Amino acid sequence: MKEFRDKSIIRGLLTEIDKISARLKSPIKIMEVCGTHTMTIHRFGLKKLLQDAGVEMLSGPGCPVCITPNDFHEAAIESVTSRTDFILTTFGDMTRVPTKKGSIQTTVPAKGSRVQIVYSPEESLEVARNSPEKDVVFFGVGFETTVPAIAISITDAYEEGLKNYSVLTALWMIPPPLRAIVQAENIAVQGFLYPGHVSAIIGEKPYRFIARQFGIPGSIAGFEPGDILLAILSILKQIEDDKPTVANEYARVVRPEGNLQAQAVIEEILETKDAHWRGLGSIPRSGLRPKKQFAAFDAEVKYDLRIKAGSEDLPGCRCGEVLQGKASPPECPLFAKTCNPESPYGPCMVSFEGACLAYYKYARR
Amino acid sequence: MCLGIPAKVIEINESGIGKVDYLGTKVKANLSLLEDVKIGDWVILHAGFAISQMNEEEAQETLQILREYASHLKE
Repeated sequence: MKEFRDKSIIRGLLTEIDKISARLKSPIKIMEVCGTHTMTIHRFGLKKLLQDAGVEMLSGPGCPVCITPNDFHEAAIESVTSRTDFILTTFGDMTRVPTKKGSIQTTVPAKGSRVQIVYSPEESLEVARNSPEKDVVFFGVGFETTVPAIAISITDAYEEGLKNYSVLTALWMIPPPLRAIVQAENIAVQGFLYPGHVSAIIGEKPYRFIARQFGIPGSIAGFEPGDILLAILSILKQIEDDKPTVANEYARVVRPEGNLQAQAVIEEILETKDAHWRGLGSIPRSGLRPKKQFAAFDAEVKYDLRIKAGSEDLPGCRCGEVLQGKASPPECPLFAKTCNPESPYGPCMVSFEGACLAYYKYARR
Repeated sequence: MCLGIPAKVIEINESGIGKVDYLGTKVKANLSLLEDVKIGDWVILHAGFAISQMNEEEAQETLQILREYASHLKE
């Protein structure tokens, strides 16, 4: 599998990309949707190499830590500081997002309460099983890759009668913000790099409207440098042939229909809802929440959390614009000055998949 | 949150839980989202779940395509 990183292969791919982009009107603007793609593109130096080959990569909204509004964090912080015998379990990077109430990492929990970092929803269930006298809330954040695992933890808790467990869900779907982006007038995205593992779950169909209704090409891509360049090549060919479609350049992992079992799980346990995204605002039917029969395991319902829409970023933070591809991290006046990985001002600098963190780590040599 | 790692299935139990080997580290994995998983299969692991099986044939095809780009340059 070393071919995916082999230097002569990468060079060969870039040469081909350069040839095609020279025939089209470069630079060609391609949006990589997924934060993990942003990181890979930066980490392997592809951003600059692609720029030299006539392709400009824009980062998109596929970073769940970045697009979850502060209201959710503030509700989580409020719960663990005001309720006793309460355990908040969460993925690590969520704990460092700064809000008006501080960050989850710096909260002072109430008596008998604590914050615990976990790597999977199953771990949270274990915490709940091992501490029956505590209320355990899992801050479940993610896109469709993570959604099935979070949903299954809800049915597991339901079937076990694990009454002390519930999930504060911040579940997002990838296709709706893409629709919002192509409908907006001021970003000239000419192609999309679709997220490999979200696509492993949802398949090709949910992106088809982008090609059919809006005439914009795209390709599902894996996460090796070779994968990304193959997908970009596919996009350029689609542009040149004027045949926009949803190509699948990650066929070793992504089936055209996706993972039907995972889709069935999502369908059974969750329902869609209108949701407010950092930067993109309100997008109809873009979020997911547990169905009413699982209300006892839905922390928002169980604790009457009243998470309001329309959270505000800290003043001056331009993460929202970065997420829409409207600004690049260095264009933010706070970048690398007030806002840096040791003291991040906004989530794009916190998240392991954040565009600002990627830029800071790799593009400032 | 697309971070998924390729891992090899080394154990399968009836309840759909199994074990996978990721570069020598053996971890528990929930296999219930996949059908017909066999020991020795490669899967993508995310948040404790195997979300996809790797298709060996497709992998070989992609490797072949990639190799052509290296030889391309040497012409």
